[in-house]
Amino acid sequence: MTAAHEHLVGPRGPWSGLVAAGQTLRITDLEGNQAVDFLLFDAADTTLRYSAQNTIAAAGALFLTTGSVLRDVEHRPLATVTADNCGRHDTIGGACSKESNTLRYGHQTWAQHACVENFLHEGAKWGLGKRDMTGNINWFMNVPVEDDGCLGIVDGISAPGLEVALRAERDVIALISNCPQINNPCNAFNPTSIRVTVTAPIEDSQASSRVES
Amino acid sequence: MTETPEPQAEPSATGSTYAARDHARAQEAAATATERAWIPATAHPDTPAGIDPEALLWAETVGAGGYAHQVIAPGTMVELTDLDGDACVHLALAWAGTPWERLCVPDTLKVQWNAYLGQGSLLLSDQGRALASLVLDESGRHDAFCGAPTAAQHEERYGDGTPWGPTPAARELLKLAAAKHDLTARDLPQTIALFKGLKADAEGRLHWLGGAGPGRRVRLLAEAPLLVMLANTPHPLDPREAYTATPVRVLAWRERPTAPGDARWDATPEGRRALANTAARIGAAA
Repeated sequence: MTAAHEHLVGPRGPWSGLVAAGQTLRITDLEGNQAVDFLLFDAADTTLRYSAQNTIAAAGALFLTTGSVLRDVEHRPLATVTADNCGRHDTIGGACSKESNTLRYGHQTWAQHACVENFLHEGAKWGLGKRDMTGNINWFMNVPVEDDGCLGIVDGISAPGLEVALRAERDVIALISNCPQINNPCNAFNPTSIRVTVTAPIEDSQASSRVES
Repeated sequence: MTETPEPQAEPSATGSTYAARDHARAQEAAATATERAWIPATAHPDTPAGIDPEALLWAETVGAGGYAHQVIAPGTMVELTDLDGDACVHLALAWAGTPWERLCVPDTLKVQWNAYLGQGSLLLSDQGRALASLVLDESGRHDAFCGAPTAAQHEERYGDGTPWGPTPAARELLKLAAAKHDLTARDLPQTIALFKGLKADAEGRLHWLGGAGPGRRVRLLAEAPLLVMLANTPHPLDPREAYTATPVRVLAWRERPTAPGDARWDATPEGRRALANTAARIGAAA
């Protein structure tokens, strides 16, 4: 038996939680093509936050999938992607914000909710603020880079029920924004719910019986 | 036997406070170091064509494994020259005085629909504003994907990444630059690397392009009051075994920020709104 904690995260909302070393965090795209903006912090020292750039430099590649090691700002592993049936995920596009929306779509979008609002709201529960924000992961978001460098968020490759799973390499705080963006196809123009599941490793729950046998 | 007299000891050049003072004061005139700052900047021995030498505000040559930092006013033009062809400038920017608004690499790429920086690119903040315009680019080899190398990366690659060792890592140097403005690692944004380029293929794999040769220049125009922090160390994906870096020259002088009516202002709708957002913040606080 494994102890699993499930959380339904509604459209446009945040979630955060502690994932202990060895535990698995699973994110399920329940209705398909829902971008999930995601940050990780070392729970013992939150200045050791996720670094998209170190993650990319170490892999020599832009997209995340099974086997990707998510590194912190000092290059040390925070988590490893252990399962992914979507195929690839973005970590160069960053989070949507009210401010960047004004650049991308015009000032008429100013009143719209955005991922950075979720990160700041939810992060405050852990003492995280503006200075702790950085380039994040966008699970289930499709950001190709063309030969001439043209880059952008295009129609997704996810589908209902697809999942990504991470194993925490040390105790981490996971910060999630279930993306509210409605001006581009990252959520298929219709933000929907996701499920977040935190599972203790099977080895831990079986460890005592193995020791006794 | 004749006694041999004790040799008369030469008086030490620094054996007394007066001698030590003379010794210290004699150093400037005898100096030959080229990796240095010139203050006032007008003392710099050469000036770009068309630039009044008397207008220089910042003149510094940053060697391999070195760093620099400066607070500059809106309208300051910063010219970086890859003197010998192997500079790699890891650059961080923040809004001077409110450094929690800082360079945002994801927005810089995403908003401008381009993964590669070049002439005409804006460097954007996380608050939807233009911090700087890349107004001249003779290199075309830059990277916004990989960031500043860490001590851990350098320890693995070169055996050492400390600021006091032979192969300093850019992030360690940027932390020192930040500390001098009472900032910490939390305040360091993702960085861009100038003068060393990469290209991504359709699968997202990165391919090394390297540099563009000696003497290439990049000019960045400050659109806002900026804290500029830069470190000159190899790119993290530089395939060469040795720690390979050569000096970068930094020169700056005053021009004016991009304004309505300039071709750059209207080059793209995203850029126009970013420049307008910057002007609005400066205008509201003026």
